[in-house]
Amino acid sequence: MSFSAWLIPLLITGLFSWGLCSGVDVFDCFLQGAKEGLKTAASITPALVCLLTVVTMFRHSGTLDVLTGFLRPMAQLIGFPAEVLPLALLRPVSGSGGTALLHQLLEEYGPDSFIGRGGSVLAAASETTFYAIAVYYGAAGIRRTRHTLAAALTGDLTAALVSALAVSLLLGR
Amino acid sequence: MMNGILTALLIFSVVTAAFTGRMEALSAAALSGCGEAVTLVITLTGMLCLWSGLMEIARRCRLTEALARLLRPLTRWLFPTVPQGSPAMQAICMNLSANLLGLGNAATPLGLAAMRELQKLNPHKAAASNAMVTFVAMNTASLQLIPTTCAVLRQQAGSAAPMEILPAVWLTGLSSLAVVLLLDRLLRGKPHRPE
Repeated sequence: MSFSAWLIPLLITGLFSWGLCSGVDVFDCFLQGAKEGLKTAASITPALVCLLTVVTMFRHSGTLDVLTGFLRPMAQLIGFPAEVLPLALLRPVSGSGGTALLHQLLEEYGPDSFIGRGGSVLAAASETTFYAIAVYYGAAGIRRTRHTLAAALTGDLTAALVSALAVSLLLGR
Repeated sequence: MMNGILTALLIFSVVTAAFTGRMEALSAAALSGCGEAVTLVITLTGMLCLWSGLMEIARRCRLTEALARLLRPLTRWLFPTVPQGSPAMQAICMNLSANLLGLGNAATPLGLAAMRELQKLNPHKAAASNAMVTFVAMNTASLQLIPTTCAVLRQQAGSAAPMEILPAVWLTGLSSLAVVLLLDRLLRGKPHRPE
């Protein structure tokens, strides 16, 4: 973890020093790049407002509990820990929501339990799919995302199934 | 598909809230959600400016070019339609490197820069190009080698070995990435029609 603490400061300082040594006007360069960043921020705002409105409503509607109850028998059938189901459902939709759920799981069942490990692996090995799609395509101004969501969601399902399998294989139940 | 999913999420939410008597909470959530989006954009704006600025310095020093050359065997296979040495390819390589290093905060700004460059190469501006779908789909799977956030959460919860999950994380991440890439190839099908 000390590696990651060093990485960002060294990267920033290294880039500035390297630029200065190779005769680049680093400050001016930075400003030009940052201006592009500002434009990108403006172009992703509409997509984020739409996404977060829908996602926040979804999180507070109790749909997650209903879905979990519905999927529980199926999960038990294939040996997937039912306690991790809400996390598996929320992870692709909400980054902060996923983190909060993982925190709860770790506190309730312990980080070194099967449930704690399974939840950790699932959260670590997947991303906030909807956020990535909305923001990336929002920045480019794309309306038709074609098969992106289908491929991405199948990936999330794979991550959920493999996480339980990988933990039982590599760390034991 | 995004249209359908978003609408379905809304309908599910309203119906469930109606049955469980949470309409008040739902209404409050809609109003707080849109505010949250702007707070998130403000946080992101700093990141976007910082990493876009740093990337411009790296580009002017020809560092991004060197990185792109290093990743060429991989990117040639993943993004055959993106010309080697193009700004789009350089930005893609920066995003992939940031992801692998676990710099999630940097990966998004660099990825967005890549998307803007990819859009310049895209012949049908309203629909995603094949390269874009592959790139976004990859970014929805986790590429990070060291899951820092998760390790910190585990440590705080008193784990005896916060990092013991690493091999399982890699196995899971790789399987999901493989499925995503495979499905991308399978579903790509015929060249997409312009609108």
